[in-house]
This record gives sequence, structure tokens and C-alpha cells, in this order.
Amino acid sequence: MLLAEDGTLGVDDWHHLGDDDPVPASGLVTVSFARWQLDEGTLRVRADKLGLRLPNTIEPKDIASDLDRFALIILNFPKFTDGRAYSQARLLRTRFHYKGELRADGNVLRDQLLFMRRCGFNSFVVGERAIKENWAKAFSEFDVFYQQPTDGQGPWVMRQRLSPRNP
Amino acid sequence: MYRYDDFDHRFIDERVAQYRDQVRRRLAGQLTEDEFRPLRLMNGLYLQLHAYMLRIAIPYGMLDSTKLRKLAHIMRKYDRGYGHFTTRTNLQLHWIKLEETPDILAELASVEMHAIQTSGNSFRNTTTDPFAGVAADELEDPRPYAEIIRQWATLHPEFSFLPRKFKIAICASKEDRAAVKMHDLGLYLHKNEAGELGFEVVVGGGLGRTPYLAQSVKKFVPRRDVLSYIEACLRVYNRYGRRDNLWKARIKILVNSLGPAKYAEEVEQEWLASDREAIAIPESYIAEIAAAFAPPDYDRSPVDEAALERAMAANPAFARWVRNNVHPHKVAGHAVVTISLKEVGKTGGDITAEQMEVVADLADELSFGEARVAYEQNLVLPYVRRDKLFTLWQRLDAAKLGTSNKDLVTDIICCPGLDYCGLATARSIPVAQRIAKHMAAKEDAIGTFNIKMSGCINACGHHHLGHIGLLGVEKNGEEVYQITLGGDAGHNSAIGTIVGPAVKSDDVPAAIDTLIGIYMKLRQDGERFPETYRRVGQAPFKEALYAPR
Repeated sequence: MLLAEDGTLGVDDWHHLGDDDPVPASGLVTVSFARWQLDEGTLRVRADKLGLRLPNTIEPKDIASDLDRFALIILNFPKFTDGRAYSQARLLRTRFHYKGELRADGNVLRDQLLFMRRCGFNSFVVGERAIKENWAKAFSEFDVFYQQPTDGQGPWVMRQRLSPRNP
Repeated sequence: MYRYDDFDHRFIDERVAQYRDQVRRRLAGQLTEDEFRPLRLMNGLYLQLHAYMLRIAIPYGMLDSTKLRKLAHIMRKYDRGYGHFTTRTNLQLHWIKLEETPDILAELASVEMHAIQTSGNSFRNTTTDPFAGVAADELEDPRPYAEIIRQWATLHPEFSFLPRKFKIAICASKEDRAAVKMHDLGLYLHKNEAGELGFEVVVGGGLGRTPYLAQSVKKFVPRRDVLSYIEACLRVYNRYGRRDNLWKARIKILVNSLGPAKYAEEVEQEWLASDREAIAIPESYIAEIAAAFAPPDYDRSPVDEAALERAMAANPAFARWVRNNVHPHKVAGHAVVTISLKEVGKTGGDITAEQMEVVADLADELSFGEARVAYEQNLVLPYVRRDKLFTLWQRLDAAKLGTSNKDLVTDIICCPGLDYCGLATARSIPVAQRIAKHMAAKEDAIGTFNIKMSGCINACGHHHLGHIGLLGVEKNGEEVYQITLGGDAGHNSAIGTIVGPAVKSDDVPAAIDTLIGIYMKLRQDGERFPETYRRVGQAPFKEALYAPR
């Protein structure tokens, strides 16, 4: 099940291709980073959108030149305590200006959703509990933040606060 | 003192509401203990041996009388009427009920306090000089930078799940009173050749199982760029820090396995590739935060020094306190006062609610309402007129806060140990108490002497940096104490060396006495223990300690 950043729940309409599966002629597919390296030529000529599953050990700069080819990048949290994908997400958004869907997969917990969205994720692979417990609420627990926004929208607090305090 | 504006208030209220909902979900069974643990740890709530422990953040050790009174109230209402100051300048309450923690946080928020990130694998409380703003050897007040870092590091979305915890300290004076080199990241404020202010950045310090002192990775970072540089340091750590082994996850292991030069190179590349302008701190923001720490309106009328001399002559106990606990101030006629929380025979760093209220009253009457926490687990009143010292001492003394032992052998840094802590392998509080009782009569003759003790390898009591360090370990069902010699904090930081086999708990005071006896015999003009130890080496100490009795 997929949670979108606007709080709506939906189903995943992508097909996640195994490394040994044949590449279908059409349809939405994601491939692993290893498969992308191996079959880049075949994958590039397909007309339909392509997604990439990037392990948290690969640096975003290693795929920077291919980003325009991907409509979806899936980053992984093998354990919720392993926070490497937060840095990957922020770099993809701010340094490499990736504009497509950025999805969090793995050990995605309700109380990490806001951190994830703040780093640039906009979809989240979640379990059945998300429906029962209304996880969408997690996005609105805060409306003020001390850090600069990842999407470059809106001012950073250390600039914004100057005006009312010190007109 | 920094005051919250609407933004800070709104943030802290949202945080309390978020946490209240997390506790509600836990109590309703929607969250398992495994799922709840990381959430409570983001808020400094530990499950210890007997109860929950709540660690309240005291950013860079700054307190005022309003906060002190609120803490006293919380200690009385929600705990057992006392609390414990830590080496991270935080306050721990050891007898807390989970269901009351949201109310405690709401009470804290009402006085601009919180418990955010006092545990967990993220930024911890940034510490600095307890004499900030009043020290004569200071280049500039470090607190505005500590506050800016506090804000930026609070619930940082990218760095809340680092490989391990991350501690920052700042020093802006000649003497390093913040033990900067034992931190994951340290900042030394200085001026470059062009006369601009900036920071030398040191990275990779830490105690614990594998102690390291932080190493310089960049000589000068302009102050406007300090956040982007820290961000680069963190991003390299987040990417490459080890996550397979808890004991090797601190940044010190990364820095020392890559080598400081290689780590520095990685950081430099990351920093140069980053959008430094995006988080350059506006000059006007630094100025605005600095205004919150402007000096108070000092009473500059002359002080009757002769009267002070007379009071000291008539009262040797007061004279001794002035000698040990009163420090020079940059403004004439004023003093900086250490309130020792190391009364001999009591638990070091502990304070009762009543004592805290006495400190609040004295801060209001004699120190512009302000007090600080020093990492040595003592309190500081920063703005006391010298002609008020006698009154201050009398009132402190009446509250059992007049102990005259700052930096003496009974001023022992000590973690809570096995009496409270779930991680501990041995007791530390009762051992420190026995050492203090045993050595108290000699403490003036000994002079400056830092004993530091930890009840487990995590080294919360900084034992590696003690002139004599003690580490409590469990061996065949018995608590024994490993002794290290020659450690030192500050600019001359050194990690002590293990002297030999651990000694039994009962034998610790006599062992300390023997070691200090050798030091007193061998020391030359004004040498502190680490200097004597470096000069003469370990042999004479080892010989005396393990001589057959």
C-alpha cells in the first residue's frame, strides 16, 4: 500500500522487475541499480516510464547524469535506525534537482514520515496499519521547522524570523 | 539569556502535542515497546533499573530563576524531590512515570525548556564555557553560536538517525573550559589573519570503549558558513559511519579509520559541492541572537575590598571558599562563583528541590537572575558583586551548597552508575563518596586534582580525562575498579593510561591516597598531576600502588 504526501492511500501501479526477469516491452517498471548498470541500453529505448531502486550505499552523484530517465526513485530503509536514505533524498532533490517521485520503502514507521517528507520523499510504502491508525496525520504534526526546506520553497527560519523580531 | 519568540513557542507546543499522542498510542497498545523506544528516546526518556529516567535538556547550561523554580516544582511533583546534573549539563530525574511525561514536557515548555534529543542517535545538547560572557580570556561570547546550532539541530530531518549520537562543544576563550576535544565535533572561535571571526573545527573525539581526542580538520571556517560545514561533516558521517557494530559507530572510529586527513578531504569535497549560501547564517541573525546575551546592567559603584578582606580574615571557612570557588570576572568589582554540588558524602551532581529554589532566589538577588550548569556537575552564578560574596556564601552554606572544593580532590565527576543506570557494570556513587571522605582532610594540601569515575565503559563520568580515572567493571561477580593515570581535559587534553590490574572496591580510597601521596612527593613547583605524571612516568606510581602491604 502506498501513502502519498497529501495523505491519500493508494495502490502501487509499478511492476518491480527482478534482476533475472525479462524486460517487458511496455508498462511501468522499476529495476535495481545493478540491473540498470547492466541493461542500461535496453532500458533506455523503452517508451514507458522507468523507475530505479537505489540501495542506500550508492551515492546520488553516481546516477546524477541519468536522473531525467527516471520517473520514480525508490530509496530504502533496511532498518528505521539506518538514516542514510535521508541524505540521499536531500541530495537528489537539492543538489541534483530530481523532480520525479521519490519513494521511501523498507522499515517506514509512522513517526518518521514527516522527517522523510522534509527530506524530499513524496510517497511511502506502508502496511495495513496505516489505514487503521490514520498515518496521514503525521504530516501535519508540525507547521514550523528550524531547517531550510528541501524543496527550496519558502524562506528559512533564520531569515524569515528577522523581520517580525527586528523590523 | 535567549528568549523564545512566537516561532519557538509554537514549535515546542507542537512537539509536546506530538509526544503526548505518542504516549497515548503506547498506552493504548497501538505501539509496541520496540516501536515506542525510539520515540521516547528522541525525548530523553530511558527505561532504567527501577523506573523511567527523564533527561531534561539545558541548552549550553543556561538557566534562570524561572527555569530553576519550575525544575524544582517538577522534581517535587513528579519525582522524589531531587535531580541529578550530568556531564552534558542536562538534568536527570530518575523516578518518573511514563504516563506523566507529557505533562512534565508541557510544564517545561511553559518556561521555554524541553527534553528534545537528550538521547537517541542525533545531535545532543551543545555545550560551552560556563563562564561565557564573563570570562576575561574570552574573544567573544560563544553562546549565540550555541543557540543557533541548537535551533538548526533541533529535529533535523536529515540527521535524526545517524549511526550514533553526536555531541558538539564550543570554546571562545584561551582556556578551554568545555573539554572540547572529547566531543564528536568541536569549535574553537578565533580570528584569521584578516581579522575575521571564524572557527577551527575539530572532529572525532569521544570517550567510551575506544577513547580519542578530536583532531583538527579545518583551521578556519567563517562563522557565516559554520552550519554548512557542520552539515558536510555530518553528511560524510551519515554516509560512511559504521552501522554494523554499536561500539564502532561513533564518528571517532570513522575519522580514525579513514585518517583525519582523508576524512577532512571528504568533508571539503562535500562542503564545496554543497549550496553553502542556502544555510549561510545572516550576519543580522547572529547579531540578533547575540543581543539576547548582552551583558547585564552592572552596578559599577566601587566595592569595599577592605571589608571583604576583613570578612575573610575573621572567617577562615569563607576565605577558603573564596580561594576555591570564586573566579575572576571581566568586570571590575564582580566575581564568577561556582556552587559546588559535591558535598562530601553526598551524591555528586545531585540537588534537592529546596536547594534549587535557594539557587533561584540567590540568582535573582545577586546574579541578575541567571545561573549556569558546568559539565563538572556544578552550578555557576555569573554576575556576583564582590561585596555580596559573604552574604552569598552564608546563604549557600546554610543550604549545604557552600562546599569549598571546586577542582579539588573531592570535586569528583561521577556518573549515576549501578545505583540507577541500566548500562552500568559497577556502582560509582558510593565509591566516589568513600574516596571523598577518605581524602577530604588533605584536599587543600593536594591542591588542584580531578578524579573522574564511570560505572561502565560508556564513560559518562569522563574517567579517561581524570588526573586519576576510575572505571568500574564487573569481574567474576565482583565490582572492581580499573585505574587510569594522567588524563586531562581542556587544551592540554590527554587520555589517561591504565596503570595495572583493577583494584577491589574496598581498596579504592587507599589506592587513591597512595597515588596522590607519590604525586605530592614528586611534584615540582606548581605542577598539576598530569605534568608530574608526564615528567616522571608511570613507574613510581605503579610500584607504590602494587607494593605488597
